[in-house]
Amino acid sequence: MDLTYRIARVRRRAVATARRPLFREGMRESLPMSIGIAAWGLVAGVAMAKSNLGIPLAILMSLLVSAGSSQVAALPLIAGGAPMWVVWATVACINLRFLVFSYQYRPYFAHLPRRRRLALSYFMGDTIFALFLRRYPDPKREPGQVDYFWGAALVNWGAWQLAVITGIVAGAAIPTEWGIGFAGTMALLALTCGQLRSRSTWIAAFVAACAAVAAYSLPLRMNIVVAIAAAVAIGVLAQHTRREASPR
Amino acid sequence: MSPLEIFFTTLGMAAVTFLCRAFFLLPREELPMPRWLREGLRYAPIAALAAVVAPEVVMTQGHLVTTWHDGRIFGAIAGLAFYTWKQDLLGTIVCGTGVMLALRFGLGW
Repeated sequence: MDLTYRIARVRRRAVATARRPLFREGMRESLPMSIGIAAWGLVAGVAMAKSNLGIPLAILMSLLVSAGSSQVAALPLIAGGAPMWVVWATVACINLRFLVFSYQYRPYFAHLPRRRRLALSYFMGDTIFALFLRRYPDPKREPGQVDYFWGAALVNWGAWQLAVITGIVAGAAIPTEWGIGFAGTMALLALTCGQLRSRSTWIAAFVAACAAVAAYSLPLRMNIVVAIAAAVAIGVLAQHTRREASPR
Repeated sequence: MSPLEIFFTTLGMAAVTFLCRAFFLLPREELPMPRWLREGLRYAPIAALAAVVAPEVVMTQGHLVTTWHDGRIFGAIAGLAFYTWKQDLLGTIVCGTGVMLALRFGLGW
């Protein structure tokens, strides 16, 4: 009795939200982005199918994690028999950008009840962050913001999951010896380049790449941990030395 | 890894990702973002990505590739070139993978 009442209430609320103009605006504005998202999702799905996850686990990972670069980056580590904590640490490092996002979402969403903040958090990917901050550049509350977020987030999430699962299922049919999983590596390469902003990020990326290759023979894929530690240390150092050397 | 281990790895990945996304939204009071964290944050994602990508391109079975007859290296160069030309994710993927496949099937590398 209580459950049917609750379901009815949730459904009523969902229908009411879907009719609101800002929800529709969010959906509309995220549609063009969804094409690019779908293409990258397809690639991520194929890369996942070409690792040794198996279709059910690959789909489960996509639904639970819902973060493309982390999923694709975890693949070679899982295939290489890295211990769980190395995979988790790598994923955490790649996802640290989300910390910055959650910090910047605070002015808009901090007033909501905790359960709704948690529900929103699952959907806070890169694209939706870019969309939301373009629509609401001033960090202050406005009516309809949450509707806009949901509209954009649901379209984005739907396009992403559909593409990844299509990629996983279709990719399983492609022979492994073609090496099509390389598409995932290329996607990560492009994402790495996208992060190259200042000279110190160039240095950090170069140090990480060299260290990961040089320390490859370390057991348990520890080379990744060593590389990240070295690169972060050198990046911070490089930034400080430059600031002290030349106050440009 | 066994399927069961992969399952638990996935659960952990989901938890880590979710925690990162919710981190500053969880507490009721505003948390200050310390300076060292802000600085470290700038380098950790790119370091993790570069550390995963580099061995995938230049290593085979734990050794540095010793031959130029490896499609992945030229695929990566082509991908990088495309990215420098147009900052486009999809184009980079298509270009890099296309060159790799062409060398692998065209020249048998």
